[in-house]
Amino acid sequence: MIEVQNVSKSYGPVHAVRDISFSVQKGEILGFLGPNGAGKTTTMRILSCFMPATTGTARVAGFDVFENAMEVKKRIGYLPENPPLYMEQTVDDFLRFVAGIKGLSGPDVKSKIDRALELTTTVDVRHRIIGKLSKGFRQRIGLAQALIHEPEVLILDEPTVGLDPAQIIEVRELIKGLAGDHTIILSTHILPEVEQTCDRVVIINKGQVVAEDTTTGLTQKLQGASTVKLEVEGDPEAIKTTLRSVDGVVNVTHTAGAYMIESTAEKDIRSELARVIVTNKFKLFGLQSVGMNLEEIFLQLVKSETGAGRVEA
Amino acid sequence: MKNTWTIFRRELNAYFVSPMAYVILVFFFALAAVFFYLFLASFLQNQQLIQMQAQQGGRFQPVNVNLMLIRGLLLNLSVISLFMIPMITMRSFSEDKHNGTMELLLTSPLTNWQIILGKYFAALTLYATMIGTTLLFMVMLFFYGDPELLPILSGYLGLLLFGAALVGIGMFISSLTENQLVSALVTFVVMLVLWLVGALGSFNSTNWSQQLLQYLSTIEHLDDFVKGVFDTRHVVYYLSAAFLGLFLTYQSVESTRWRG
Repeated sequence: MIEVQNVSKSYGPVHAVRDISFSVQKGEILGFLGPNGAGKTTTMRILSCFMPATTGTARVAGFDVFENAMEVKKRIGYLPENPPLYMEQTVDDFLRFVAGIKGLSGPDVKSKIDRALELTTTVDVRHRIIGKLSKGFRQRIGLAQALIHEPEVLILDEPTVGLDPAQIIEVRELIKGLAGDHTIILSTHILPEVEQTCDRVVIINKGQVVAEDTTTGLTQKLQGASTVKLEVEGDPEAIKTTLRSVDGVVNVTHTAGAYMIESTAEKDIRSELARVIVTNKFKLFGLQSVGMNLEEIFLQLVKSETGAGRVEA
Repeated sequence: MKNTWTIFRRELNAYFVSPMAYVILVFFFALAAVFFYLFLASFLQNQQLIQMQAQQGGRFQPVNVNLMLIRGLLLNLSVISLFMIPMITMRSFSEDKHNGTMELLLTSPLTNWQIILGKYFAALTLYATMIGTTLLFMVMLFFYGDPELLPILSGYLGLLLFGAALVGIGMFISSLTENQLVSALVTFVVMLVLWLVGALGSFNSTNWSQQLLQYLSTIEHLDDFVKGVFDTRHVVYYLSAAFLGLFLTYQSVESTRWRG
């Protein structure tokens, strides 16, 4: 549905994104994850035809975002970082205007507006002036605006910013509910959001993709190279030697009564560790897998990445 | 066409839901009324003087209301417009850039021309409404006097073309900045220059640069219209200025896409 190939964008000497490639299948929710200024907004602006890439190609629903921008624009709903709203209009008037510029007309318009209002639970405020609404409502009207013409692809730039915790859950549920019919890309710098909402993750840092996988796959992949924490009593050197003899162990460190064992093994080494400890007559007090969550993976990936200069998105 | 109409309607609504349109209309009408009063008073005084001279045996020459009153009034309206047009055009693109709604417009299936023309005609409609309020004075003149219709019509056509040119230029300046105040001030300065530049030149001069300056002056081209002289040269001048403004706006909108 969405294909991005070797896309780079520079503003003068500053590289906002360099050589990004990824793709999104139909009906999928892709999380676009990265620290502030990583190039998330730039990438989304390229996909939404707001600005062209410096080099590389991007296709949405089979159409090139540069060559066939008009066809792409008909098929996308875009929620920018700051929801684009006309403050002096009522919610109804605004959505009617958006419906108009998205090419809807006739009796269709009213039902589409009703649907967008219902999906974003903003029916109650439909006759209010947008400028007088709270930030949470404005964010949801922004979402309604992106949904109104039932686009095939939704591009949402930080859709849950400015919402209270209850609303965040609502919006996440809404986004999940929309997947299937819609293909969704959402950007965020909040990790639980990705874990809870997305099928796949692209982690981007300093304008480059540093990881791309399914949410579970990414966790697993890095957990494979993960750490086991072991509490054992006995001679430290003897214990270390024993632990190192286990297949798959790369490194053992001893700190404050605990041993951290790093391994590369695909299989779980915990039972094997327990066995060697017991057979060597050491006293085993605790054994625990220190699995990484996305947060740690993210930090690890972002930290290990060096080189490219920091840029503004 | 439908898209242009959608943009046009929203833009025009935006003028009238904010106090801006009313401030502009009332302010303009009040100033125009003051000038109308002053021109009328001096016209009547003039007429009395001439009548008195006629009674004393001189040759009676009726004063021409078109030349003596309407011409001056319409030229004055164009000068007041110089102050009002920046207020009309300042929000046109600056507001969208400031609010982020530019992103909505540019990622919707609209062409740049549809956006630009929708905004342009909305601003021009407000300008025409503003100028239109002064038709009330003309009605009064027809009621109490006997002015000629055609010079009035050509005068108003001239004012409309004058506005078409300046609104185009103002909109271009608005597309360059997201600050409405900057937009208004720069537009005003540009208009003032285009107005005053005529004072430096003269058509009768043999010097080509003076002729050029005279040609560039927006006000110089208006005089023939209000005198009732319809010269296509002036129509071409105003329309090409309007087109230049729209063309530059197009370039500016297109370049926002590239610069981000």
